Amino acid sequence: MGATDGQMDLLRFATAGSVDDGKSTLIGRLLFDSKSIFADQLEAVEKTSTDKGHGYVDLSLLTDGLRSEREQGITIDVAYRYFATPTRKFIIADTPGHVQYTRNMVTGASTADLGLVLVDARHGLTEQSRRHAVLLSLLRVPHLVLCINKMDLVDWSEETYEKIHAEFTQFATKLNIPDLEVIPISALNGDNVVDRSENTPWYHGPTLMHHLEHVHVASDRDLVDTRFPVQYVVRPKSDEHHDYRGYAGQIAGGVLKKGDEVIVLPSGMTSKIEAIDLFDQEVDEAFPPMSVTVRLEDDVDVSRGDMIARVKNAPKPSQDIDAMVCWMTNEPLRPRQKLAIKHTTRTGRTMVKDIQYRLDVNSLHRDQEAGELGLNEIGRVQLRTTVPLLCDPYSKNRTTGSFILIDEATGVTVGAGMINSGS
Amino acid sequence: MTNTHADYQLSQLDQLEAESIHIFREVAAEFEKPVLMFSGGKDSIVMLRLAEKAFYPAKIPFPIMQVDTGLDFPEVMETRDNWVNRLGVRLVVASIDDAIARGVVVDDGKTSRNRMQTATLLDAIEENGFTAAFGGGRRDEEKARAKERVYSHRDEFGQWDPKMQRPELWSLYNGRLHAGEHMRIFPISNWTELDIWDYIGREGIEIPSIYFSHQRRVFERDGMLMTETPLNPMRDGEVAEERTVRFRTCGDITLTGCVESTASTIDEIIDEVAAARVTERGATRGDDRFSEAAMEDRKKEGYF
Repeated sequence: MGATDGQMDLLRFATAGSVDDGKSTLIGRLLFDSKSIFADQLEAVEKTSTDKGHGYVDLSLLTDGLRSEREQGITIDVAYRYFATPTRKFIIADTPGHVQYTRNMVTGASTADLGLVLVDARHGLTEQSRRHAVLLSLLRVPHLVLCINKMDLVDWSEETYEKIHAEFTQFATKLNIPDLEVIPISALNGDNVVDRSENTPWYHGPTLMHHLEHVHVASDRDLVDTRFPVQYVVRPKSDEHHDYRGYAGQIAGGVLKKGDEVIVLPSGMTSKIEAIDLFDQEVDEAFPPMSVTVRLEDDVDVSRGDMIARVKNAPKPSQDIDAMVCWMTNEPLRPRQKLAIKHTTRTGRTMVKDIQYRLDVNSLHRDQEAGELGLNEIGRVQLRTTVPLLCDPYSKNRTTGSFILIDEATGVTVGAGMINSGS
Repeated sequence: MTNTHADYQLSQLDQLEAESIHIFREVAAEFEKPVLMFSGGKDSIVMLRLAEKAFYPAKIPFPIMQVDTGLDFPEVMETRDNWVNRLGVRLVVASIDDAIARGVVVDDGKTSRNRMQTATLLDAIEENGFTAAFGGGRRDEEKARAKERVYSHRDEFGQWDPKMQRPELWSLYNGRLHAGEHMRIFPISNWTELDIWDYIGREGIEIPSIYFSHQRRVFERDGMLMTETPLNPMRDGEVAEERTVRFRTCGDITLTGCVESTASTIDEIIDEVAAARVTERGATRGDDRFSEAAMEDRKKEGYF
């Protein structure tokens, strides 16, 4: 094989931070130092910087891709960027610092293994940094990195670093953040980004790149509770494969093994795994996030939207759902409202029974008088669904614990939900 | 012995493959009439391979559609036919010549065929009633693409509105449409050029011969090496000569340049791509050079 053999692993991370904290510069530097910026892209950025009369190369132009973003000098929407080092490939969900922050943060963080929050060393923690940490913890992003940026502007003060570190650790005790790393950096000069800085002899932790390359994400998946949402039924009906009937889908949790006794939900029929097909090969077992096709020993009725689980460890079908919902559209979410809901491969309709409280993502205060959720607000909501959802708490499984809400008139995705429990 | 988490680790290429297959199946399950847009280039060939895997041992449950510019490389057409025959899929050809003859697009002698692709494509989507069209776009290709969703909503005019994109959460894709609208689907959004080559190498996938180093009579135009062909008459001062070249992208023969290269195997190509300092589009695509937002503007009109 050539320079890479495709065998390295993948880390998805979401970036967050306020407008002027140097996020674009940091991303620009990660891309630049990993040789992911090409000469023609850099030339275009240099040319635009000159045209605009900047006295410097504005690396944020690399990340603001749309005409209207460049016109306004702001980032409108989540963008996805890519870089690789010899050990890992990275997908960055680059979420904008301002306008519609919650909605975009939730979008970017929904698929992230790691969240990167940037703060300006001169200003310390802001409301924005706290909010981002809260959102990352709500979205169960298992790893968090707090980058204290612009250390060059505070004379590389260890005291400043320690103060922000302590303040954040104190705040984080209220949240669910299993793994936290606090790194002093200068994105502009590259200190502790890829190479260890001589300016921070008191800092003994990893550089940002080293941490991104080595943080252990393999154990973040649930390999105990087997969950296989059936996505598509494969029935070739050809002469060669006349009786073939396979259930295709992506493993959402646990390990599925040939010979396992399984239950099909919601029907409750049981059978055994006859074979697991990975294209034209049979495999003995499958685990997340593999896309496979499963064949069962018995001719049970299975269709899209069903779920295959282990007999003694199956989710309970429920139509009453208790969830945290992030609302993403101007028209507020109100009780009695009806929406379409998509959960794993199931779709149905749902009605809002009750909005229990609205969460203030700055103070974590629960406002029980709220009554509705506006754009970018998050609250605890009770839903009643037309079809039973085969769900787990989001804290156990980010795939079987999440859903989206769709406005039936416009077809637009208007809400993101994280299930607390179903009953 | 119990297995540990380390035993249940997928390589990044396998993760990308699993994600793409999930997207193909989701679309086949939820949309009435999908189609796979096929240019014959490396990305659309990888897409065909992924679609083949997603539904195996059944055949791919939707047709593939090629917009025939009349200016395609013969080597690319040959590979297309090999794939169609091997997979037994239905091929729909939307021809620009035909669209001109029917008055769907106007050939004013100034507009490039690349640009006429958009109207031809939209017409074919409408004509056939396709509700979802798979495209081989990758977000690493271009900065406007970096912003695009996996499910990219198009209105009844086929237009993309970047400000009105639906948030895309987890792997829960929203395929709701109103009459006349359609969705563009990008299953390989998260792949990079290098991933594509790694995958082609790993899977032993047949690709057009023009990707490999060969002798070709070329001339220099706008800093690019263009193929000498009657389809693309040379202008004053342009001189053709034989060089050792290969292509990094497959497009319209009059707009797609090649690079000097001796890379004749996939491994050599991978090494070359890994060391490249210019993007594939920057190096070889005239169509992206019209303006800084050329791709964005074309996408808004309905280009894929």
